[in-house]
Amino acid sequence: MKEVTLEAKLDSIPVLTDIVEEELAQADCPPKAMIQLSVAIDEIFSNIASYAYADKERAGTQERAAGAEPAWGFATVRIELLNEPRGIDLTFIDRGIPFDPLKREDPDISAPLGERQIGGLGIFMVKKTMSSMKYEYSDGRNILTIRKLF
Amino acid sequence: MLKIEKNKNDAELTIALEGRLDTNTSPQLEKELKDEIDGVTSLTFDFKALEYISSAGLRVLLSAQKIMNKQGSMKITNVNSEIMEIFEVTGFSDILDIE
Repeated sequence: MKEVTLEAKLDSIPVLTDIVEEELAQADCPPKAMIQLSVAIDEIFSNIASYAYADKERAGTQERAAGAEPAWGFATVRIELLNEPRGIDLTFIDRGIPFDPLKREDPDISAPLGERQIGGLGIFMVKKTMSSMKYEYSDGRNILTIRKLF
Repeated sequence: MLKIEKNKNDAELTIALEGRLDTNTSPQLEKELKDEIDGVTSLTFDFKALEYISSAGLRVLLSAQKIMNKQGSMKITNVNSEIMEIFEVTGFSDILDIE
């Protein structure tokens, strides 16, 4: 298992993608699953970077002092390769606004062009391409796990 | 990483993309389109060297399609199977002209 803590910023996405792709390459992950995982990382981490810590007023020392990882403004990603069946679990942990992406309503993917909405499409894509997803809010942290078997 | 290659011939614009069209790179494409799309009646995206697309990229394609519906036509060529699957899962295959 590998764990990496990154600033909850869009710039962190390529850093995280590189780390995960390296792990996946060592595990002989097929290219298609690797692409789907890279897209999933982009969708999930961009959500964290854009919304989790949008409530700037809460960004205080109190949270930092609480000790639990990750610190305010950061996200921790746990990378766990699986055997039998082979696959990977990626767990995204942040201390931001509680948000369960699985509760979000699926977008209307048959709407005519003029009524198409992008909101919710990213998480929808992740749901469709991953083997499973799990969310919990615990100890002031959003914990989102995606599993991809390959 | 995204590489954008433009080829403009009067009112025909071809944009070839190489790399990844994601949260960090989509603003580049958005800017190129904003600068170039005026007066274009035929817009072609060449996805031959594009590895993948996330919802941020879909957003840019959607707004380009909306503009082109008013002033001409738009098509996407050389789509790989992974991106095609994303178009299908999201229903974008119904609203985009994919060759």
